[in-house]
Amino acid sequence: MSTVVLLLITGLGLGALYFLVASGLSLIYGLMGVLNFAHGSFLTLGAFMGWEVARRLGQDSWWGLAASLVVGAAVGAIVAAATELLLIRRLYERHIEQVLVTVGLSLATVALFEGIWGTDPIYVDGPAWLGQTTELLGAKVPNDRFMLIIAAVLVLLAIVLFLRHTRYGLIIRAGVENRAMVTALGIDVRRAFTVVFAIGGAAAGLGGVLASHYFGYVSPHLGGSLLIFAFIVTVIGGLGSLSGAAIASVIVAVLQQFANFYLGGTGDLVVVLLLAVVLLVRPTGLLGAKA
Amino acid sequence: MTDPILRVRSLSARIAGQQVVEDVSFDVPASGVTALLGRNGVGKTSTIRGILGLIERHGTVEFAGERIDQRPTHRIVQLGIGYVPEDREVFSKLTVAENLRLAERGGAPNRELVDELFPDLVARAGQQAGTLSGGQQQMVSLARALINDNRLLLVDEPTKGLAPLIVQDVANALERAAGSVPVLLVEQNLHVVRSLADTVVVLESGRVVHTGAAAELLDDEELTQRLLGVAAEVES
Repeated sequence: MSTVVLLLITGLGLGALYFLVASGLSLIYGLMGVLNFAHGSFLTLGAFMGWEVARRLGQDSWWGLAASLVVGAAVGAIVAAATELLLIRRLYERHIEQVLVTVGLSLATVALFEGIWGTDPIYVDGPAWLGQTTELLGAKVPNDRFMLIIAAVLVLLAIVLFLRHTRYGLIIRAGVENRAMVTALGIDVRRAFTVVFAIGGAAAGLGGVLASHYFGYVSPHLGGSLLIFAFIVTVIGGLGSLSGAAIASVIVAVLQQFANFYLGGTGDLVVVLLLAVVLLVRPTGLLGAKA
Repeated sequence: MTDPILRVRSLSARIAGQQVVEDVSFDVPASGVTALLGRNGVGKTSTIRGILGLIERHGTVEFAGERIDQRPTHRIVQLGIGYVPEDREVFSKLTVAENLRLAERGGAPNRELVDELFPDLVARAGQQAGTLSGGQQQMVSLARALINDNRLLLVDEPTKGLAPLIVQDVANALERAAGSVPVLLVEQNLHVVRSLADTVVVLESGRVVHTGAAAELLDDEELTQRLLGVAAEVES
């Protein structure tokens, strides 16, 4: 029982990380039709900048952690918005060029991060509580899992409130359905594109700082490794669906944890098989719009 | 004679490399309803979409004396053009109220007019637009255009696929709107055209083949049959 609880909570923590990356990917694809392969770079940069801030303020202090989370999210938002404005904006409807540019950016930024911070992982410390465990139904659950889950739930709530109660949220929801009609109502939908990139970048940057605590290190390849699973989550959830991304994040991560433990480390294989099944049975994903 | 509100010259448009509008020129007077007619697939919808910049196009389009053909769609619409697209294109996952709120361009939307013309929408404000009937969705589409003070309305097949009773409601709403704003109307229903239109522009194979008074065309059975492929109801 305690093993199941531990696997479940750890799966939810990993799912929270996937969601923080996948939420931005899904919104960006849903509104703009852009597959952003550079999204992992926002996460990695957020993690590095968060670590830089935390080590100056004291990695074991709560202030250091709080500041690193804020800085990680802010850096992610700013860099993502700049990427949209400088690189993506002139490439809308040019899908091959978008892929080439975002893949190129992801490769270039990894090389840049290696140049600045080196190729070896940098180990990250946090407040002592994060390294401790809390007993839950007999399982000793690492406390950082709770932080991840709470952060992802807060991000999900914040994005839902933003989408439901702001003018930009209204534009984004309408744009996901029919971008051309939004412009035909006299709305400059490109501003919404920048906002969505910034939101996605902030979630990814925040996820980067949290990932560095979950894995215990930050490295130039941190974002790239999480991005693969975030894309799988985005496709399973349904491209453009935030709720779909949230549900798929939990399913994929929990399944991965259980398969790794009970099926001899086959978690990644099981996730890919799940992706294949979903694509065969329901190509638009769990909550994706029907073609 | 007053200047036209919309002047289209040598408009050409392509969709996926296919020429759908070719060298189209016509004027829309500053008042009344101008019907853009033609058989299926002659380029009526593409002409409207070309004017708005929703598809790749070339040529000159002047709105109230100002060139608009180099502007992006949202800037063209902001000049005061309301658009009712073919097939309604309501945002199905947004509520009726959200569809209307999204369409509001200025600080003083014509809420009273919309509520008066479409009382059914008031009762269904919180309903998702995708769950409405075709007629109700057309009301939302029309209301989105009428909620702003426009200087021109582009209305594309507003009665397509609607029940006769709803067709009459749509025609009444358009007649009311046309009292204060010029309308360029694409319409297949010649009964509606006869009741609303002052002038007509007829397209064939992406080109203009006839312009003139609406009554003149619709009273000429042979001409109507030749240009539109259907018999007009000639008024006795």
